[in-house]
Amino acid sequence: MRTCWESLGEYGLRALGREFGAPLLPRGLEITFCDQVILIGSGMMWNVYFGVLAILGGFCFATLLAVARLSANPLFSRPAAGFIFVFRGSPLFIQFFLAYEAFILLPRAGIEINLLFTTITAETRWLTRAWAGALFVLFLNTSAYSAHIFHGALRAVPKGDLEAADAYGMTGWRRFRRIIWPTMLRLAWPSYTNEAIFLFHATTLVYFSGFPAWQQSGDALYYARYFADQTFNPFVAYPIVAAYFVGATLILIALFGAVNRRLNRHLPRENRPKLRYRPQLIR
Amino acid sequence: MFSFCVDPSILPQWQWFACYLTSGTHLAFYWAFLVVLALILLAAPAALLFGFGGALAARSRVPPVRWLGVGYISMVRGIPDIIFFLFVPIAMDQGIEYLVHHVRCPDWTEPIRQGTDFIVCPQAKVPLNDAARWVHDAYAFVLAVVAFAIVFGAFAANTLYGAMSAVPRAQIETGEAYGMTPRQTFRRILLPQMWIYALPGLSNLWMILIKATPLLFLLGIRDVVFWARELGGAKTAQFYAYPHPDWRVWYFLALLVVYLLVTWASEKVFERIMTRLNTGQATAGGERLRRTKAAA
Repeated sequence: MRTCWESLGEYGLRALGREFGAPLLPRGLEITFCDQVILIGSGMMWNVYFGVLAILGGFCFATLLAVARLSANPLFSRPAAGFIFVFRGSPLFIQFFLAYEAFILLPRAGIEINLLFTTITAETRWLTRAWAGALFVLFLNTSAYSAHIFHGALRAVPKGDLEAADAYGMTGWRRFRRIIWPTMLRLAWPSYTNEAIFLFHATTLVYFSGFPAWQQSGDALYYARYFADQTFNPFVAYPIVAAYFVGATLILIALFGAVNRRLNRHLPRENRPKLRYRPQLIR
Repeated sequence: MFSFCVDPSILPQWQWFACYLTSGTHLAFYWAFLVVLALILLAAPAALLFGFGGALAARSRVPPVRWLGVGYISMVRGIPDIIFFLFVPIAMDQGIEYLVHHVRCPDWTEPIRQGTDFIVCPQAKVPLNDAARWVHDAYAFVLAVVAFAIVFGAFAANTLYGAMSAVPRAQIETGEAYGMTPRQTFRRILLPQMWIYALPGLSNLWMILIKATPLLFLLGIRDVVFWARELGGAKTAQFYAYPHPDWRVWYFLALLVVYLLVTWASEKVFERIMTRLNTGQATAGGERLRRTKAAA
């Protein structure tokens, strides 16, 4: 039997790849409780990786999309509306499959991009790997959902705020940066917190949806399912991964709550909107 | 399907596709859409029932019952639902077999869990080993429905709980002033009025339920995703009557479009229902309807 200390050395970073620990996963009767806790925890690194990068990237792109969606010019608003409709109206699971099959069809050698004076070759093979391909899909998906939230918030920015900005002679970028954007964030933040949590939970879908796990390095649920299959006992591995996610969700809520307090610090205490987590997990 | 389908390799383009799209495996693919539909139609009422029970439990005045209800509602908040979809069917399966084992084989002495095995006596297998293939399929499907009902029941419980507390207190007080018992105020005042508050949440839930149906694939059911992968993969002329290269991307594109159509249509229907329910209600929505009608 391995001690917990040995498990930590062998499987603590195993999710990163074969080079970072034991080459093979524990099997059958030699699986200890510590193995399960440590390996599933090591898989959480991927969930955090997908979650953090998709949320950060999605936040910026969603702001652009929401502004484009509100634009009076149909050249901007139509594509933005279409993008939001497609990604919100279809299941993320299908999006993963579709994206993976599409990435496979890209030429293996890379795409030659002919610039005027030189040719560059864009590598496409890494898009079929989960770390890039799935991240790309998650990024687009959360952008659409967040843009929908931000769009609603932009429309709810009080008219008086805009008139005050006009009275101060603010226009264009300055008006957006100082008045519209902060108010939009403030209004959207409770819903956006929920969206961030859903996205974080949705990262568990990655390794079940076409994207293969290379060298048995996957996310937390990938390992939990591996253990449940190996020991034929779902009552240990799944509660462990559930506990990890409850903890991570609480941390996420605390972080977003801190931002929420900062966004609303100018309001009288009783008027500040509270974060309320309403679950709507799958997309 | 058609009379000209005898030798597909010599057919012109459109006839080839007509034959290809009506081959036996494709009919199984279309059948899978009906399976998904059946899942939605069974899981939605079951989830509503679970949700109603959960919401009532969360409002209960008996603390243990209330804790149970609140625990059920908050359980799905922090935990990704995919974990439930993987956990519930296998846990239920083992739980049922464990119970049946104790009923049917009381004098079985060996432990049920031996190392990595879960061993019950042959009579306790559910379904029995010699059962027909469709029995196994139906059993897997029922477990999937239960898993969906448990997860979506918790969401529905959250929505219904909120809707029950959203009914104005004065309405219930009026009922009490008429001498109604708590049971009567619940049935006559609260229950009819809560739906208008619950509908936005429930419609949202319906959308999420539709978008969750591809997860049936994870439960080992031959659903639309399974068939799309199966049919789309490259087929060689050596073994298949309809050879084609890797078409999976087109199959998934088709699935995407189907789901978009369904969610789009549901959205339209819910808009209709909302307008209908809002008519004459003392809510902001009802007020807006009254004004537009008065202006017209």
